[in-house]
Amino acid sequence: MEYVLIIISALLINNVVLVQTIGICPFLGVSNKVDTALGMSAAVVFVIVLATMVTYLIQIYILDKLGLAFMQTITFILVIAALVQMIEIILKKISQPLYQALGIYLPLITTNCAVLGVAILVIKKNYNLVEGVVFGASTAIGFGLALIILAGIREQMELVDIPKGMKGVPISLVIAGILALAFMGFSGIVK
Amino acid sequence: MNQLQNFTKGFFKENPILVLVLGTCPTLATTTSSLNGMGMGIATTFVLVGSNVVISLLAGLIPDKVRIPAFVVIIASFVTIVDLIMQAYVPVLYATLGIFIPLIVVNCIVLGRAEAFASKNSVFSSLIDGLGMGLGFTMALGILGAFREIVGSGTLFGHKFIQGDGILVFVLAPGAFWALGYLIALVNRIKRTTK
Repeated sequence: MEYVLIIISALLINNVVLVQTIGICPFLGVSNKVDTALGMSAAVVFVIVLATMVTYLIQIYILDKLGLAFMQTITFILVIAALVQMIEIILKKISQPLYQALGIYLPLITTNCAVLGVAILVIKKNYNLVEGVVFGASTAIGFGLALIILAGIREQMELVDIPKGMKGVPISLVIAGILALAFMGFSGIVK
Repeated sequence: MNQLQNFTKGFFKENPILVLVLGTCPTLATTTSSLNGMGMGIATTFVLVGSNVVISLLAGLIPDKVRIPAFVVIIASFVTIVDLIMQAYVPVLYATLGIFIPLIVVNCIVLGRAEAFASKNSVFSSLIDGLGMGLGFTMALGILGAFREIVGSGTLFGHKFIQGDGILVFVLAPGAFWALGYLIALVNRIKRTTK
C-alpha cells in the first residue's frame, strides 16, 4: 500500500516538473515534438532508476560510514556523470537499437537537475532502497508525462497565430502554468 | 571589450534568465518572495565568481578531454561551501531554499560561463564576468520574486501594504510559470522596439 502512495504522490501530486519545478531546462528544450519527448522520457527513466540505486548505496555504505555526508553534492554529481557515460558505452556495445533510440539524449541528462534532485530527495526522505527506486521511477515517469503532454500541445501551437514576443519560450511557460494549475487539482489525494 | 561592458552585459544584453533562458529551475522554484529569490541569486553569484576565478586560474593545467568533469568538481566544491555557510548562518533561508542549494551544481549558467568565458579569459575578466552574470541573475530573481510576492500575498520584503490575502496561485507553481513567461515576453518586446 505504501508503495502505491509513493507512486501516486511522486507521479501526480508532487509532479517533479509541474509542482516542484525541477528539470525545467529539458522540459522546455525537448518538448517540440512528441517523438523526441518520448525518447527523452525513456532515457530519463532509465538513468534516474540506476542513479538512485547507485547513489543510495554510496550514501549508506561509504559516505555515512566514513562520516563524509558533507561530500554528498560532489560525490553524487560525479557518480551521475560517470554513470551516464558508462550507460552510453554499454548500450553502444550490447544493444544498438536502444542506443540509437536513447543515445543522443544521454549526454543531455547529466545537466538535468531532476536526476541529482531525486538522488538527494531519496536520502532526505529516509527511504529504503526499494522505496527509493519506486520513488525515483515514478518521479521519472511523472517527468515524462508532463514532457509528453507539453509536447503534444506545442505541436498544435505551431499552427496558431500568436503575438511575436510570446513565440517560443514564453508561450510554452504559459501553457506549462495552465498544466501546473490542472495538476494542483490532485493535491490532497494523499497526505 | 572593456571591463564595464563585461560587467553590465549580465544585466541586460545577456541576462542569463531573461535573454538566454538558462537556469530556469531555481528561478521558478525559489521566487515565491523577493527575499528568497535574492537569497538564491546571491548564493549562485558566490558560486559563479568562485568557480570562474579558479577555473580561469587552472585553465592551462586542465587537459582538454577531462575539462567538463574537472569544472563540475570545482563548481561542486563551491556549492558545498555555500551549502555549509548558509546552513550555519541563515538557517531559515536555508530551510526554505532546501534542495535548490545543492542543485546550483547543475545550474546551466555556472557551467556555461566556465566553458564559454572563464576557460578562455584572464582571471580578472572572469571575476568581473561572474559578478555581472551573478548579479544579473539576482536582479531577475528579485524582480520575479517581488512581483509574485506583491500579487500573491500583498507584501514586499515581508511588509504588508495591500489589504486582503492576494492571489494565492501566484505563490504556487502555476504563477511561477506565468510570471516568467510574461516577463520574457516583455523583454522580447522591449528588445524589438529598441533595435
